[in-house]
Amino acid sequence: MENKIHFQYLIDGDDFTRAGEASSDIKSKLKMMNINPDAVRRVAIAMYEGEINMIIHADGGTIDVDVYPDKLTMVLKDTGPGIPDIDKAMEEGYSTAPDNIVSLGFGAGMGLPNMKRASDEMEISSVVGQGTTVTMTVLF
Amino acid sequence: MLVSEIMKTVNATLLTKDLPGQRDISHAFSADMMSDVLAYADSHMLLITGLSNPQTIRTAEMLDISCVLYVRGKKPDELSLAMAKRNGITVLCSNLSMFDACGLLYQAGIRGGIINNGE
Repeated sequence: MENKIHFQYLIDGDDFTRAGEASSDIKSKLKMMNINPDAVRRVAIAMYEGEINMIIHADGGTIDVDVYPDKLTMVLKDTGPGIPDIDKAMEEGYSTAPDNIVSLGFGAGMGLPNMKRASDEMEISSVVGQGTTVTMTVLF
Repeated sequence: MLVSEIMKTVNATLLTKDLPGQRDISHAFSADMMSDVLAYADSHMLLITGLSNPQTIRTAEMLDISCVLYVRGKKPDELSLAMAKRNGITVLCSNLSMFDACGLLYQAGIRGGIINNGE
């Protein structure tokens, strides 16, 4: 487990216009590391949707990224309201996002399904009233 | 189809610099919902949208989309435009509706992609 590089990002929950800065940063770092473009793209999509979710639902949080020679793991952690029914939240089209978010181009109930689709493994643990942690792995 | 031909087809103006002949685009995806773009669009497609906040350019950046066409006369704000320039994304703007822009581009040979819902 020595062969890894760690990055941490603090996601500001107040500023929707800055959503995606962390994903943009990790994308350019991975490109510089010559990771295959398909994997870089999948990491970017998964993390970007995650960032958006943290801003819409949870007033921000932290993202910890570990880059290994053959894979990347990211842990997105927030102290938001939690997800009461994870199976429901995973359904395409199911959304609890407020209307103003829809006018910004998100909140169509595609976030979590997109994250699952883009990653090779995804685990969600959530406690209502305490927060949500999403762990995703992308194989290179 | 070159960016210059796309511009002629939908009567668009160029808001960023483009190297003539550099980009040959054959497919497009149109939506105002960025989550749908993230779910279904492929790299190097033309993104056609009426959503003009910075998340449009962010979405294009994540997907390696190299050209964004705003329709209905929408224009990106300064922040979006700066982001596009930084990422080498060509930005076009047309007064046509999304329906008309898509129709004309289809007629001119641009195609959509395969929507894979995992079914």
